[in-house]
Amino acid sequence: MPEHEAGGSLATPAHEVRDFLRRRREQIAQRWADEPLFRTVFTASRDEAVEAGKAVVDALARVADAQQVEDPDAAGFSAVREQLARMGAARSRAGLSNTQVSSELAALWPPAENLLVAESDQASPEELRAWSTTLSVLLGTLRLVAMQTALSETQSLIDRQRLQLLEVATPVIKLWDGIVAVPLIGTLDSARSQVVMETLLNAVVDQHARFAILDITGVPTVDSLVAQHLMKTVAAARLMGAECVVSGIRPAIAQTMVHLGLDLGTVKTRASLADALGHCLHELGTNIVNAAPDGAGRR
Amino acid sequence: MSEGLSRPAAGHVPVLGLGDVLLVTLQGDLYDSTAHRLQQDLAEAIARSRVTGVVIDISGVEIVDSFLGRVLAEIAAQAELLAARTVVAGMRPAVAVTLVELGLTLPGLRTALTTEAAMELLARPVVPPRSGGGREGGP
Repeated sequence: MPEHEAGGSLATPAHEVRDFLRRRREQIAQRWADEPLFRTVFTASRDEAVEAGKAVVDALARVADAQQVEDPDAAGFSAVREQLARMGAARSRAGLSNTQVSSELAALWPPAENLLVAESDQASPEELRAWSTTLSVLLGTLRLVAMQTALSETQSLIDRQRLQLLEVATPVIKLWDGIVAVPLIGTLDSARSQVVMETLLNAVVDQHARFAILDITGVPTVDSLVAQHLMKTVAAARLMGAECVVSGIRPAIAQTMVHLGLDLGTVKTRASLADALGHCLHELGTNIVNAAPDGAGRR
Repeated sequence: MSEGLSRPAAGHVPVLGLGDVLLVTLQGDLYDSTAHRLQQDLAEAIARSRVTGVVIDISGVEIVDSFLGRVLAEIAAQAELLAARTVVAGMRPAVAVTLVELGLTLPGLRTALTTEAAMELLARPVVPPRSGGGREGGP
C-alpha cells in the first residue's frame, strides 16, 4: 500500500486517480475552464469550455483505468486528440510558440492537484504523494500527446506545401513550334527533378517538340547531384528523340562546375535562354532576320 | 520486297521493307526470345536487302527492361557495321525514364519522336554534325 513510486506497475495509484477524476469531473472541468488554455480557445461560452474540459478529464480517466499513464499512444487519448489539435492550432494562430502552449497545458496541473490534496486529507502522506505523482505523470503524458499532435499537424502542412511547390514550380513553356523550355527555379532535389523530367517528357510528346531547353538561371547552386539530375533528364529526352539544351549557366556556376570536375559531356550548353533558342531555331532551319531598313517598320 | 512474312508464328516481329528503310514495329510485351530473334532477323534482312536505314518504332511498348535496352543498342551497333543507320522512334516518357534510371542512356543510338521524324532523319544525306556542346581548348 505505501507506494511512493508512480506508474502503471501497481494498480492502486492509477485507479485511485481514476476514481478521483471521475468523482471530481465537474469541479476540475470548471476550474480548467478558467485557465487561459480553455478560456481563450472556447470564447463563445463558458459552458463550451467546461464541456471541453470534461472531455479531457474523461480521456484521462480512461487512460488511468487502462494503467497506461505513461503511454502517449494509449487508446484513451484518441478521443481528445482532435480537440487538442484544435486548441493547439488556435493558440498557435494567436501567436504562441509550441513551448508556450506546452506551459499553458502544464498550468492545468495545479488546479487538479489542489482538488486532490483538498479531498484526501485523511490519506497518509505516502499515499497522497503516490497519487499526486501519478496525476502529474498523467498530465505530463497529456502534454506529450498535445505536442505530438501539434507536430504531426505541422508535418502534414509541410508535406502539403511541398506537394504544392512541386506542382507550381515546373511549368513547361512552348517557345516555338517544336521547341519547349523549362525554367528551373530553386534547388533541384531528386523528387523535384523527377517531376521536372516527367512533365518535360510529357510536354515533348504532347507538343511534338524536337528541342527541349532546360534553363537553370534560377538554380542557385549546381553540385554533382544536380548535374546528375540534369544529365538524366537530358538522356531521357534524347531517348525519346528530342534534343536537350541546357542554358542559363552563370559564370560563377560554370567556374564551380569546372572546379568540381563535373562533366556535362555530350550535353549542349548555351549561356542564355536566348542563345539556346537561337541554336534550336537554327537547327530547325528557321531564321529570324531584321526587318529591311527601308521596309514598313520604320521610315 | 516485304521481308519475314513467311510464317507469322507466335513471338515473331515482322520486318517491313520501305524503299531504303526497314521498318520494325514493336507492340506490347516483348519476350526475350522474340527480341533475340528480331536481332538475328534484322541482321540478315539488312545484309540481304542492303538498306541504308532501320526504323524501330517502340511507341506500343510500355515496359522495357535492361535486356531489351541492350538488344536495342546491339541492333544499332550491328546495323552500323552493315552500313545502315538505326533510329528508335516513339519511345514513351515512362520508358525513357526507366531506361535512364537503369543507367542505360544508349549513347550511340539515334532517336526520333515519331516514325515520320525518323524517316526524315534518315532521308538527310549524312549524319548531322553533332557538336559536343561548345568544346574548345583552354582559355
